[in-house]
Amino acid sequence: MRALPVGEDALLVEVSSGDEAQALHAELLRRRSAGALSAREIVPAARTVLLDGVDDPARLAAELTTSAVPPTPPRAGQVIELPVRYDGPDLPDVAAHWGVTEAEVARVHAATEFRVAFCGFAPGFGYLTGLPPRYDVPRRATPRTAVPPGSVALAGPYTGVYPRSSPGGWQLVGTTDAVLWDHARVPAALLSPGARVRFVPVAAAGGAVTA
Amino acid sequence: MTDRALAVVRPGSLTTVQDLGRPGHAHLGVPRSGALDAPAAALVNRLVGNPREAAVLETTLDGCAVRPRSAVTVAVGGAPCRVTVDGHPVAWGAPVRVPAGAVLDVGAAVFGVRGYVAVSGGIAVEPVLGSRSTDLLSGLGPPPLTLDAVLPLGPATGRHARVDVAPQPGPPAELLLRVTPGPRADWFTADAVRTLTTRAYRVSSASNRIGLRTEGPALERARLGELPSEGLVLGAVQVPPDGRPVVFLADHPTTGGYPVIAVVRTADLPAAAQARPGTPVRFLAVRRR
Repeated sequence: MRALPVGEDALLVEVSSGDEAQALHAELLRRRSAGALSAREIVPAARTVLLDGVDDPARLAAELTTSAVPPTPPRAGQVIELPVRYDGPDLPDVAAHWGVTEAEVARVHAATEFRVAFCGFAPGFGYLTGLPPRYDVPRRATPRTAVPPGSVALAGPYTGVYPRSSPGGWQLVGTTDAVLWDHARVPAALLSPGARVRFVPVAAAGGAVTA
Repeated sequence: MTDRALAVVRPGSLTTVQDLGRPGHAHLGVPRSGALDAPAAALVNRLVGNPREAAVLETTLDGCAVRPRSAVTVAVGGAPCRVTVDGHPVAWGAPVRVPAGAVLDVGAAVFGVRGYVAVSGGIAVEPVLGSRSTDLLSGLGPPPLTLDAVLPLGPATGRHARVDVAPQPGPPAELLLRVTPGPRADWFTADAVRTLTTRAYRVSSASNRIGLRTEGPALERARLGELPSEGLVLGAVQVPPDGRPVVFLADHPTTGGYPVIAVVRTADLPAAAQARPGTPVRFLAVRRR
């Protein structure tokens, strides 16, 4: 673990894997709610956790790099189930990358328990991990100018769901009717870092269950 | 509708509602947002007797005009400009009474970029995650002002300040940004770090509330390849593939994958909000306190 100073009152803590970043994030949240850590923002990402708005970054850096953090995140909370139709336009491409049929893509994806590693890109957009590395896929060569809201998409090691229409280069494999972001709701974000997620296939309109 | 409201007569090229922003939600992908020149917004609020968290209007270069439906006290600050009420010149940087139905016109900035208009009671649009700020990156908060839009006002609570003109810093002829190196200075050549802190840059016209873009010598990477996405702070100097540093302002993305070579001191960012395209920029390396 390495703690890099960021400006005057922030610290970027770097670890060696996504699992460690999620474990560190869980541990830092625990310390903050126990009153042992004061930070305005705790922002997990792929291999790092950013602590912004801390009082004494140098002291905190020394403290963190000498303390032990469990290598795997705790199994937190209930599984959030997202209904999905595996009807995305990039399903054939993803099937080709994986070397399996489209039905098999849907089966593997729906059989995976995901975890929200971190959020970013747009409010409520979670980067979900859980698929084995052999299922990594590249982004599309040409990003779409408008991806429909509710699109379930893959890129690199991640699965994500577009909370609203936006440009995007991820491979679209399905659609969900779940509302990922609603600022009139508490909490506004359906998915937050650390949450467990499963995609549950539902029948397409007028069709059979697709997986 | 109540008469505690403002009708938009001239929206200007980009006028948004801003307050202290919505920090604390970065882990959900929510930018902090808030007034870019926060001291100017705080001053105009104080001048009209508003609490510091009251929402104000932030104008961009060409001002705006509004018509209050009831008599209000207003104050205009930030970028200096001509201010009129029904065509008659009134004070800039001081509390001004605007009668019901009169038109308050905030003129084009004489210098600087962003003007701030506080109205007694504050702009009372519905808050989102505790803030009324317009966030241009993620679309949270009210949309930028449009012609004939009507903005609700809150009840006036405080008394306006008894001053004629409050002193405000002038916009910078040269933008001096003190930076501390890192967290990813090691992704650049030693020469690139020296270039950033010794050579002259200029404010690019592609700057906005998300970032102050610069023109100048490109910064060369020592490490190629991709940096996994990581959390970003206000004032981060990110270097995209074209090598020209971008200073992140209030509507910056919460995570990003281009390396951050240095971070600008927060105290220097209000001046960045007032620097016009073409303004010379110098990044000055300072030690962490």
